[in-house]
Amino acid sequence: MRNENEQEKLTPEDFERVTIDAHHSERIEKPSLSFWQDAWLGLRKNKAAIVSMVVLLLVILMALIGPHLNGHAGDTQNLRHANLPPKIPGIEATGFFDGDGKLAGKKVDLYEMKKVDEYYWFGTDGLGRDLFTRLWEGTRVSLFIAFVAAAIDMVIGVAYGGISGYFGGRTDDIMQRIVEILIGIPTLIVVILMIMIMDPGITAIIVAITITGWIGMSRIVRAQTLKYKSQEFVLASRTLGAKDGKIITKHLLPNMLGIIIINTMFTIPNAIFFEAFLSFIGIGLQPPAASLGTLINDGYKVMENQPYVLLFPAIVISVLMIAFNLIGDGLRDALDPKMKD
Amino acid sequence: MVKYIGKRIVYMFITLILIATASFFLMQTLPGSPIASYNKLNDTQKAIVEKKYGIDKPKPVQYAIYMKNLAKGDLGTSFVFKGKSVNDLLAKRLKPSLILGAQAMVFGTIVGILLGMLAALKHNTFWDYGSTFLAILGISIPSFVFASLLQYWIASEWHLLPVGLWNDGWKSSVLPSLALAMGPLALSARFIRTEMIEVLNSDYIVLAKAKGANGFEIAFKHAFRNALIPLITVLGPLAAGLVTGSLVVEQIFAIPGIGEQFVSSIMTNDHATIMGTTLMFSAFLIVVIFIVDILYGVIDPRIRVSGGKG
Repeated sequence: MRNENEQEKLTPEDFERVTIDAHHSERIEKPSLSFWQDAWLGLRKNKAAIVSMVVLLLVILMALIGPHLNGHAGDTQNLRHANLPPKIPGIEATGFFDGDGKLAGKKVDLYEMKKVDEYYWFGTDGLGRDLFTRLWEGTRVSLFIAFVAAAIDMVIGVAYGGISGYFGGRTDDIMQRIVEILIGIPTLIVVILMIMIMDPGITAIIVAITITGWIGMSRIVRAQTLKYKSQEFVLASRTLGAKDGKIITKHLLPNMLGIIIINTMFTIPNAIFFEAFLSFIGIGLQPPAASLGTLINDGYKVMENQPYVLLFPAIVISVLMIAFNLIGDGLRDALDPKMKD
Repeated sequence: MVKYIGKRIVYMFITLILIATASFFLMQTLPGSPIASYNKLNDTQKAIVEKKYGIDKPKPVQYAIYMKNLAKGDLGTSFVFKGKSVNDLLAKRLKPSLILGAQAMVFGTIVGILLGMLAALKHNTFWDYGSTFLAILGISIPSFVFASLLQYWIASEWHLLPVGLWNDGWKSSVLPSLALAMGPLALSARFIRTEMIEVLNSDYIVLAKAKGANGFEIAFKHAFRNALIPLITVLGPLAAGLVTGSLVVEQIFAIPGIGEQFVSSIMTNDHATIMGTTLMFSAFLIVVIFIVDILYGVIDPRIRVSGGKG
């Protein structure tokens, strides 16, 4: 009842004239997002990618500090402590990681038998080297190779593809003919041949991986350059007097950054794989250097009796590869929804 | 089309000649000699051995002879296996490699396609996540890690299948084929899933549903066939992956195949065999990529081959 009464009492003074301001319809309600903020919002929704990033950071952290955690050096040989199974203080009571190993088919506490007081978290290899320390040293080497190889691939690929696409004409023709021939050569064959003629080592592996690795990137960058260079904003910039260098760095590269990053994210696991592959067939890193590939190779040789030597590096390499692939997938969805596999 | 094929064949030959040339000269710079206990021989003996294998002549002459023989299809003589020709050596080893490769390819793609379809038809359910996870595992875990684990658990712990070698009929081929199949399986599952999801949202599927076609019919008769076409594009990378995988997987399971021969030739510096295997692998991959490009144009005429993927 009261409502009705109030309505009746409304007077003309209660009303106010509202003028529509044309500017209001142009106002942007939400704060505008930059390309990267938008990408981050997209990536944040992808749980797999976020978990992978956390896992990856943990592995990188362990690769940096892991070798210093337990006081054993990765290259100290101690034959009295050879072939010890994993033993971790605190959880040994649960029956896992308690230092029990098989000896002539029977379960024995090898630590007790060999009178070892120390703990080797992931066990020791045939030379008595601490596998925990070696694992993270190896991870560090593998990651280093992968990051450097991916960075070199990126630089060469972007430069080659950019030049070829931007200048076009004769330059493009010649450069693309070269690529067409190079792309026919199977990567694996080139990598193996290159590594055979160089001194084995980190440099040789990086050179071998990058020698054909940049081609994929160069083709993508060339296609992108062709797409953007004929667009109006580039024309406008050129009309205003911008030089080639400025157009490339200010207009073309920022537009391609997303695709370049995605592609690099997929080169990294590839490089990790090739390093491990080469070391596994015995032409990669040479002992005593450790990488995930050499550790898996060592572990494979003693798999029958000491499976833990193989298990830990196998887990780390698989986790790394999965993490990089998932982050790559997530980034692709977030940065460039049009692209699919 | 004819012009395009002609151009591609010319490129293929250039690539092969380039690979042959490059591998020949790379072999010359290799450290170490292919002749066992070379350092123990005196000069006369060295001269005899070098003459026998034709490596006493100057390099350009050796190169010319090698290329001439190559044109006739002769890959040269192995240094390690006393006077055996590389052709014979590889011919004998071709069968196990082909069997493994074919089994892995067929098993991997069929299971991959089924998994991919399952994931697409049950989009955003447990089945979808499960098969996507499996595909990620297959793409991520290196074949040699997977092969070692299979060998450890199935062969040496549970004694279900032979640990290695090629002497137990089909049983010997199961584990290596499985290890090789993970790549094709994962790739095709991922690919088919993406394609199917897109196809299932298209108008003609809605029409088929409206017409009253049942789920099975829609999945296989309408959606699957259209999702299959783009799968051909990944055949190239698949074949490359199989070759890479065969190198380690054959070594792990001690299969007397081409890949195992390649790795052991590298270890023994057997130049002629390394070059022969390199050429074989390269020719195989180049031909596969060529066929894929042509097939793609034939099956889906909307794709203009001449502007193709090069």
